[in-house]
Amino acid sequence: MNQSVFRLTLPILFGYIPLGMAFGVLFATQLDYPWWAAPLMGVLIYAGAGQILAVSLLAVGAGMVEVFVAMFVLNARHLFYGLSLLGQFRGAGWRKAYLIFGLTDETYSLLTSRPRGPERHHEQEVDFRITGFNQCYWVIGCAIGALLGDNVAFDSTGIEFALVALFIVLTIEQYKALKDGFPIWTGAAAAGIAMLLLSPSHQLIGAIVIVTAVLLLHYRRLKDAGATEGAHHG
Amino acid sequence: MADMSYLFAFIGVAAIATFATRVIPFVFFERHTEHPLIKHLGRYLPAAVMALLATVFLTRSGNWNAALPGLDAILPGLLVVAIHLWRRNALLSIAAGTAAYMTIQQTGFLAGY
Repeated sequence: MNQSVFRLTLPILFGYIPLGMAFGVLFATQLDYPWWAAPLMGVLIYAGAGQILAVSLLAVGAGMVEVFVAMFVLNARHLFYGLSLLGQFRGAGWRKAYLIFGLTDETYSLLTSRPRGPERHHEQEVDFRITGFNQCYWVIGCAIGALLGDNVAFDSTGIEFALVALFIVLTIEQYKALKDGFPIWTGAAAAGIAMLLLSPSHQLIGAIVIVTAVLLLHYRRLKDAGATEGAHHG
Repeated sequence: MADMSYLFAFIGVAAIATFATRVIPFVFFERHTEHPLIKHLGRYLPAAVMALLATVFLTRSGNWNAALPGLDAILPGLLVVAIHLWRRNALLSIAAGTAAYMTIQQTGFLAGY
């Protein structure tokens, strides 16, 4: 099982190691804390954009209320991820807390896109390992970056495109599974609108709010259209 | 040595804030997993979010001040789509697109266009 989980998470490895390293290097060069605090943040906080923001908050010695609000707002998009996983995580027992804790953009993408068999407990075990593997990659990246500081030798410029490519592949897979372009175009259009109107730090959450609002309207319309239409769309 | 107790308090607060965003839906909607609205969101939200993430991160990967704006990201992006539609092998598509993007960024051969 671990071998197939490794294969499945390989694109995340290529994304998380360099991104974690970017955070680690930033942490080591900007701050005066010991290097191991960077991987510790990867273990306990585990949020890419959040940890990079944390470096600037640590640098100015931000107050605890400010830290809480900033981290909550930045990660607020995760509020919407859980909604589509309520059923999938049900009955996962002690693993459930960790599945929820580890729900990053990339883990969410894998867990909602991969083909699932009928055996619920087995599939939850696979979800659990995917989450664990991904966090390992992230923590390793944070540690390497913080240890290297600014002495990075290998020119890995651009390797983080692996995550973009992963999102593109998963979008195609979602389309093939649903056979319905509607959510795809909605997501792309919402992203376009958010990027035109909002500052970079608010674009993701803005786009997710737009997408959720459109899906709520879509739901209302299907419901009003009656049972025939509803059954057709699923 | 910087103030370690501040660092630990910081990490604790940041960890709680991040976990809160992930756990809140499970706390407040756990009893409604069979509700048709939750099922509707469960069906369509992942696809929409994936397209949204792909669009945002693809856009951010490109140089929009070049003479051909964004081509340095759009080309590798199209390559991923083409190879994936051709072979439908996720690792191959991702590796090809990433290699193309790294080559473009490191050689800068699109920078003049």
